[in-house]
Amino acid sequence: MNDLNKINNPYSEGKVIDACSIFGMMDTAGNCFSGENVIKAIANMHFRGNGLGGGFAIYGLYPQYPAHYAFHVMYLSHEGKAEVESFLKQRFHIEAAEEVPTRATPAIMNPPLVWRYFLEVKHDKCDKNSEDNYVVDRVMEINTDIKDSFVFSSGKNMAVFKGVGYPEDIAEYFCLEQYKGYLWTAHGRFPTNSPGWWGGAHPFNILDWTVVHNGEISSYGINRRYLEGFGYHCTMQTDTEVVAYAIDLLIRRHDLPIEIVAKILAPPFWDDIERSPEREQKLFRTLRQVYGSLLLNGPFTVIIAHRGEMIGLTDRVRLRPLTVGTKGTTLYLSSEESAIRLVCPDLERAWIPVGGEPIVGSLERPLGAKELAVTGEIKPRVN
Amino acid sequence: MKTYLPPKFIVERDPERCIQCQVCVDQCSFDTHYYDAEDDEVRSREGSCVGCHRCVLFCPTNALNVRGVPLDYRDNYNWRPEIIEDIVKQAETGGVLLTGMGNDKEYRVYWDHLVLNASQVTNPSIDPLREPMELTTYIGRKPDRVDIDPDSVSIKTELAPQVRIEVPVMFSAMSYGAVSLNVHESLARAATEAQTLWNTGEGGLHPKLYKYGANTIVQVASGRFGVHADYLDAARIVEIKIGQGAKPGIGGHLPGEKVSADVSWTRMIPQGTDALSPAPQHDIYSIEDLAQLVHALKEATNYTKPISVKIAAVHNSAAIASGMVRAGADMIVLDGLRGSTGAAPKIIRDNVGIPIEMALASVDTRLRQEGIRNQASVVIAGGIRNSGDVAKAIALGADAVYIGTAALVALGCCLCQQCHTGKCAWGICTTDLRLTKRINPDIGARRLANLLRGWNLELKEILGGMGVNALESLRGNRLHLRGVGLTDTELEILGVKMAGS
Repeated sequence: MNDLNKINNPYSEGKVIDACSIFGMMDTAGNCFSGENVIKAIANMHFRGNGLGGGFAIYGLYPQYPAHYAFHVMYLSHEGKAEVESFLKQRFHIEAAEEVPTRATPAIMNPPLVWRYFLEVKHDKCDKNSEDNYVVDRVMEINTDIKDSFVFSSGKNMAVFKGVGYPEDIAEYFCLEQYKGYLWTAHGRFPTNSPGWWGGAHPFNILDWTVVHNGEISSYGINRRYLEGFGYHCTMQTDTEVVAYAIDLLIRRHDLPIEIVAKILAPPFWDDIERSPEREQKLFRTLRQVYGSLLLNGPFTVIIAHRGEMIGLTDRVRLRPLTVGTKGTTLYLSSEESAIRLVCPDLERAWIPVGGEPIVGSLERPLGAKELAVTGEIKPRVN
Repeated sequence: MKTYLPPKFIVERDPERCIQCQVCVDQCSFDTHYYDAEDDEVRSREGSCVGCHRCVLFCPTNALNVRGVPLDYRDNYNWRPEIIEDIVKQAETGGVLLTGMGNDKEYRVYWDHLVLNASQVTNPSIDPLREPMELTTYIGRKPDRVDIDPDSVSIKTELAPQVRIEVPVMFSAMSYGAVSLNVHESLARAATEAQTLWNTGEGGLHPKLYKYGANTIVQVASGRFGVHADYLDAARIVEIKIGQGAKPGIGGHLPGEKVSADVSWTRMIPQGTDALSPAPQHDIYSIEDLAQLVHALKEATNYTKPISVKIAAVHNSAAIASGMVRAGADMIVLDGLRGSTGAAPKIIRDNVGIPIEMALASVDTRLRQEGIRNQASVVIAGGIRNSGDVAKAIALGADAVYIGTAALVALGCCLCQQCHTGKCAWGICTTDLRLTKRINPDIGARRLANLLRGWNLELKEILGGMGVNALESLRGNRLHLRGVGLTDTELEILGVKMAGS
């Protein structure tokens, strides 16, 4: 079809259908911890994946370059690498560049080359306000225009490690045990119609937003068309990608708080809106009227993360599982409670949120200090 | 002049069953049946029969049947019977041939080449009997984004007027004069019950129906019939009619015989005078003129109602639609090749315009490319036959659809295409008081509301089968469509993949 975008993904023709395990762990006090427990927990849900995709997002792992855009770029050929590097040189100041360390792992076959670059936007390229927009546009260019290359992640002080394999194998391959972060998300994938492409594994990323996703977004077609109107090109042709772009659009460009964004992605039913108090009625009605095309419909659970925040969300009738656990200042989100209990046998609380209710863990509102911080209730902020 | 037209239908009367009750004589408004008192026998003049089925369905003893005349011409692909007979009619009358209803020619019906998706295994289908299933639709202009007051978490953005409908199906414009007041009342009451909208057409709104204003779209057309302050105030949406799918580029002509006292009052023209709608609106000769009228109507209604602009689907619809949205239209209506009419030149009806599926797909795509799709609701009309067509239209990008012919069929219409004669035996497309009383608004409203209820339930089944529980997740979601038996170009314009891909 001509109207479909140019793509670098040689395998996938349509949205990817998959079922998955997802896990997220965050210390809302901001302390960094190793990935050991995260890897153990996601490995415990081995049977939810089929070895065709695993990945991790880690926040707080590059304290030496906190202000640089950390690009993790995957290459399928040396030509791709040469082209991307000359592209980056022209458009950014490259503070540092290195190959991402890996170790030979029997389960990982034909891995692509993965490099990381710590980049600064040259000041003559754009004004301050649009630095992020500038980066988004360059990522889109690399993903659509340069052959054999793909940007895994492009945020500051965070990175995505992913590939074809079970998540525990990916962790071993990328030596993840040596990294530390205050927020980790992880994903094990069970794609049903894709031979497995490293770029297609989760988490998906744009700037410092990442998404891990379990489910199939049946509204994908319109979500994608809507986002195309705002310049987002779904290069990977997976439904998860639209979540990442939707979040970027709503939070970064439309300046909406995450609690509001959750009500756009998984809105209340019209009947429930009509029954709400007047202020909420107007709020929710307007959101649905304006952003109806971003309603994520069909079964899904997502864990969305960005600097300092981790959000768990299910579709509004909760057709995919999500369990929440808390212990001290640590927040756990998982497809299965067993995975949380494996790494934290003495959980203080564990519960299943109702469909469409966002669970938000934030450095700004550490757990323990304010219990309410964990539920995404829309309340006027009190100073 | 002796006519060379053969009869179209044979009326078969079973003498064993016929009791000479003369119900058929009474029911036929085309004088097909007559009573021969001398022989005490009811007989038929077959040349008059239009095949409207009225007598067949009302014969108390089931004595009647109507079937096509088997008279064959010699096979000729080029000179088909209809073409020959049109020439005969013109040779005998010397006029423009008129007809009613929509284009009946064999242009491809794209709905029949599109199939819908359903969930299997990887995502669950949703049972609408057990789970909420939402068809609620808001018609009107939407902004690109909203602004929230972060302190009070309340909405700062004020939306342009929005109209809520509970089923994405509205009744298309059919004017009072073309159809009877009882038809208008049936439509108005059904729309009110089903929480959707009906459209007055260009003939004004009878005062008796003002109470249904909350569910009424009023039209402002080239003849400006019945347009006054109260009319605009009564409406929920005001629609500027530029064109009509059955006769793009052509005006209208309601003959003086149809302009009864009530019609005259409602249309604000003298009784018995012809009501002529000019082909263009004489204050709209270009897009900036349209913008002026749109804004004049917004001023006149104090910015409380969406303003709609309706055009016939023609070759440049996408560019025109873009202009309409930029001219301030809050809703745009595309009326396709198969859109119906009370009267149109047959040559226009059968040859002008483009299929609505193509027009819709290209308009939706164009508006999205230009980033203005959210600025107007897109409504289509012209040949929507069932809820499957509705679902496909929504998936191609429509916010809602208009139905005209389907609504009339619900009232009894059998598509005999005699609307232009004013003799409608079903009492629909006529102002003859003897005939109009055949539509009882209590029953008419019931039949129409039943139809919408049935489609509403079916749409919910379709949505649930796809695994989505809100109509907005199907709207513009062309991945839920696949094409069957279409060329690459057709698929490209429709923005749909081939079945199997």
